[in-house]
Amino acid sequence: MHMSDALVSPAVGAVMWLSSAGLIAWSARRVKQDLDERKVPLMGVMGAFVFAAQMINIAIPGTGSSGHLGGGLLLAVLLGPHAAFITLFSVLAVQALLFGDGGLLALGANAFNLGFFPCFLCYPLLYRTVVGSRTTRARIFTGALLAGVVGLQLGSLGVVAETSLSGLTDLPPLPFLLVMQPIHLAIGIVEGLATAAVLLFVTSAGIAVHEATGSRRTALVLLFAGLLLAGAVSLFASTRPDGLEWSIESVSSLASSVPPVSEGVSAEPAGALVQSATAIAGTLVTLLVAGLIAFALRRKAP
Amino acid sequence: MGALNQRGIDLGRTDRLAGQETPLHHLDPRAKLLVTVLFAATVVSFDKYALTAMVPLALFPMVVIATGRVPVGYLLRKVLLVSPFAVLLGLANPFLDRGVAVTFLDVPISGGWISFGSILLRFVLTVSAALLLVAVTGFQRLCAGMARLGVPEAVVVQLLFLYRYLFVLLAETQRLVRARSLRSAGPAAQSLASYGPMVGHLLLRTLARAQRIYQAMSCRGFDGHLRGEILPAWSGKETFFLLGWAAYFGLVRGYNLPYLLGQLLIGGW
Repeated sequence: MHMSDALVSPAVGAVMWLSSAGLIAWSARRVKQDLDERKVPLMGVMGAFVFAAQMINIAIPGTGSSGHLGGGLLLAVLLGPHAAFITLFSVLAVQALLFGDGGLLALGANAFNLGFFPCFLCYPLLYRTVVGSRTTRARIFTGALLAGVVGLQLGSLGVVAETSLSGLTDLPPLPFLLVMQPIHLAIGIVEGLATAAVLLFVTSAGIAVHEATGSRRTALVLLFAGLLLAGAVSLFASTRPDGLEWSIESVSSLASSVPPVSEGVSAEPAGALVQSATAIAGTLVTLLVAGLIAFALRRKAP
Repeated sequence: MGALNQRGIDLGRTDRLAGQETPLHHLDPRAKLLVTVLFAATVVSFDKYALTAMVPLALFPMVVIATGRVPVGYLLRKVLLVSPFAVLLGLANPFLDRGVAVTFLDVPISGGWISFGSILLRFVLTVSAALLLVAVTGFQRLCAGMARLGVPEAVVVQLLFLYRYLFVLLAETQRLVRARSLRSAGPAAQSLASYGPMVGHLLLRTLARAQRIYQAMSCRGFDGHLRGEILPAWSGKETFFLLGWAAYFGLVRGYNLPYLLGQLLIGGW
């Protein structure tokens, strides 16, 4: 599932954007190094392919509901992790810009949840380990299923962690996690099965799947760095309950010098009516003024 | 399939909207991208319980709609089509946060409802800002702007290719899905047994298409870089646009404008 701008706090959005931007810059350099200009149109068209494949629904046996391909794992197998990450990022960017899915600030988080885990962890550590050098149908099936399930479990964990750290919802992290993980187990199984089905068909048609030597060492280093970062962030967040907000407040002196007059959470009952009436009256007038400005600036159709 | 059609058609419409001739369309895409990012950052930076204080920010999408000649119905339909994951999560707040935060006309309103309203407002503001950015800029020009802002060339080229072939592949998939549903008269979703070959065939055709595109591009001297899309020069208009909106967002973030306005109206009451 996509993280949304409406759920993300500035600190979480910025941290996730920084991580994803780093991965993008690194991947872009790697892709440029081993390019193969042939890969330029291939990546582009494969991005469009993922979009198209997402429009085809697949029945989940025994439930009556349906799901569709995510595409991160399939791209990693077909293009290699670096090209796959950039391709998946482009898919997410187009989803955010053209369809409003996700959002500009949550794009970093989405690229991390849906791109980093399948491309840089599950593909080299699980899929390639299972499939190995002797490619058989059973191995492709097992590898895709395993990598698909683990990838979505990690992605879902990412969504829960980012949402909880952002603190805009009151959902307690643990019950939220207990709802999200089983849902994403089902989604992960569909992802694995769909990826396996496509890969098996393509292999049987005699198309060579990407012969990447996706570095397992790099994956382990990234995994270690990620765990370290997560540990540091959670330590920071727990020693300073509102540490993430605090770090933002201290940056923008504007915000801290003027205490935001919020909806009067701590207001005494007597003043509350006046305060809320003031806020509501002011809001209506603000909307009216904004509407008048927009009306005045309106450009008629030619 | 209805959703597929709707999205496919909307894509063409977005391109037509982006091709209009207004001063807003003629602005440098970099200025519009930066202001949109700044706008989203301002929305996101508000306190969890901020609701009315955020309302003045709606001026930005409203002005873009008005000056960029974007039909309101088009935007609303697109906002409604967006996956409502955030809204669903936000809906938990009224059940979890029941402490009375405000009383209005003897009706107690809990903190949960206010924070839910805040999430809803954030959702509408950020989604419409992103959609409007493309509607008044156009995807290609936006990509050119990103390249000028230092986004790696591999990413920009990738976005441009994806966008160009999106239309082609969506149409192809639409034909594939329609052909299958006409023959099967069954449920819209399909079994795993037929899914593999169907998507697999689409993939094979996609790979063959990539090969043809590469050959065609090689014939025209492609060397891994895309050229073209001359941007307008950054002028005073762009600086004014950027600084003006930045100042407005800062004002809204620093002062609760509706509240101050309300005080002015209601006075000493």
